[in-house]
Amino acid sequence: MSFNVPEDRQYTESHEWTEPRDDVVRIGITDFAQDELGDIVFVELPDVGDEIEAGESFGVVESIKAVSDIYATVSGEIAAVNDEIRDQPELVNDEPFDGGWLIEIETNGDLDHLLSPSEYSEQI
Amino acid sequence: MPLNKPPLYEVHRGAGADFTDFGGWEMPVKFDSIRSEHAAVRESVGIFDVSHMSEVVVTGPDATAIMDRLTTNDVQTLDSGDAQYSCILDEEGVILDDTVVYRYPDGDGYLFVPNAGHGEQMAERWSQYASEFGLSVTVENQTDSTGLVAVQGPDSVETVEAVTSDPVGELSRFSWKQTEIAAVECHVARTGYTGEDGYEIFFPASDSEAVWEAFEDIQPCGLGARDTLRLEAGLLLSGQDFDPEDEPRTPLEAGLGFVVDLSKDEFIGRETLQDLEEAGVEERVVGIRIDERAIARHGYSILADGTEIGHVTSGTMGPTLNVPIALGYVETPFTETGTEIEVEVRGEPVEATVVDQRFLDSLESN
Repeated sequence: MSFNVPEDRQYTESHEWTEPRDDVVRIGITDFAQDELGDIVFVELPDVGDEIEAGESFGVVESIKAVSDIYATVSGEIAAVNDEIRDQPELVNDEPFDGGWLIEIETNGDLDHLLSPSEYSEQI
Repeated sequence: MPLNKPPLYEVHRGAGADFTDFGGWEMPVKFDSIRSEHAAVRESVGIFDVSHMSEVVVTGPDATAIMDRLTTNDVQTLDSGDAQYSCILDEEGVILDDTVVYRYPDGDGYLFVPNAGHGEQMAERWSQYASEFGLSVTVENQTDSTGLVAVQGPDSVETVEAVTSDPVGELSRFSWKQTEIAAVECHVARTGYTGEDGYEIFFPASDSEAVWEAFEDIQPCGLGARDTLRLEAGLLLSGQDFDPEDEPRTPLEAGLGFVVDLSKDEFIGRETLQDLEEAGVEERVVGIRIDERAIARHGYSILADGTEIGHVTSGTMGPTLNVPIALGYVETPFTETGTEIEVEVRGEPVEATVVDQRFLDSLESN
C-alpha cells in the first residue's frame, strides 16, 4: 500500500508532520499513522497558550481499536488548535494533511532535526 | 513460536487485509475499516474467517456423559442437530473457556468449539477426565483440519440460502444441519457472536477457498469489527473478559449463570458454584456507558467517589450506537443499572453510568 507523503513538509519517526506557515508551524499526523490507527473517534488536544517541548506528548488520538500519543515536533507555545476535529474526528482519517491538522505552534526553533519527505518515505 | 496462518491467509492478503496475532493465529483484523465492516453486519451482511477457533470432536458410547461432566449446561437436553452455549470450569469454578456444544445432526457425538489456541488443551482435558472417570470416548482435536466462517447480519438467511444445496432459513437459533456449499460438505449452524442473526459454517480446511469464494460479493470482515460487534451485544471475550490466569472469574461473576445447570448431579466446578450461589458473589460484570468524550480501555480503574471499586475488561466506541461503552467488574453494591461511577482514563476520572450490558437494546431505547 502506498501512502501520501506531501513534499512541502517535514516528518518524525513517530509519524507526525510539520508544515512551516507564516508565523507558526502546523502539526498533524501522517497518512500512514491514520491508516495504522483506523477509525479515529476522539482527539485530545492542549489549550492555546500552553508551552510544549519538542518530543513531548501534547495530545492523544483514540481510534476504535487503539489509543496513541501524539508528540510535538518542535518547542514553543500553542498558537491554535483545530476545533473542527473535536466534533469531526474522522477528518483526521479523511484529510490528515489538510482539514485534519491538529495544532499550530509559535516556535523559534529550527526544523533541521526533522525527516525530509524522502527520508520519511523510506521508513514507512 | 511461529504463528498459525489460516488456510485463507493468502486470499486475505490479496484482498488487502491488515493482520493481527490472535490466540497464536495470524488473522485479518480489518479489510476496509472497522466502521464499514461493522455497519455491513448490522445493516445487511458480512463474512468473517474464524478458522482460528478450535474444534474438538467427542464420540463414543459415553460422549454425552463426558460432555455433561466437563461443561456447565445440561447436555442431556440436546437433540440431534441442537447446539448450546456453555462454560468449561476448573475445580474451583473458574472459567477455563466458554464454548458452543453442537450435537451432530445424526446424533453421533458432539463437536465443541473452544476459543483460539485452546483446542489442544481442551482435547487433553477431555481425554484425561475420560480415563479418570472410566468413560469410553474418542476425543479428536480437529482444529487444523476444520475451516470455519461466520456469515452474520439481517440479510444472512438469503445470503447463505443462495449458496447452499438445501434450505437453511428454517433452522432455529442454536441448531445446525449438513448441506453443501460449492460442492463442499458443510455443517451450517444458526449461531454467531455479533448480536445479529447469522450462520457459522464448518467445512474441511482444505476446501476453505471454495467456500469463501462462494460468498465473493459479501463484505469480508476482520477481528476488529468482530470485537466491536460482540461488545455492543454485551458478549464476553475469552482471554480478556475472563481468563484463568489474568482475570479468573466464575460464571456467576461473569454474568453467565444462565448456562450453569446446578440441577445436574455433577460437573467440574459444581461444588464451588453451589456455595457461591448461596453466599453471593463479591464482584460482577456490568455494562458501562461513558458519559464524556473518552474511551475506557482494558485495565482502566473504575471508581466510586474516588475509591477503586473495579476495573474495565473491554472498552471501545460502539460504532452503531456512537457512544463509548465498556464491560468491567465492579463490587456487587455498584452493579445496579443507573449507578453513577467513574472510569480513570489516563489519570483523570471520567463520568460513567452502569447500564444493561446488552448495549444494543439498553442504549438504543434511551
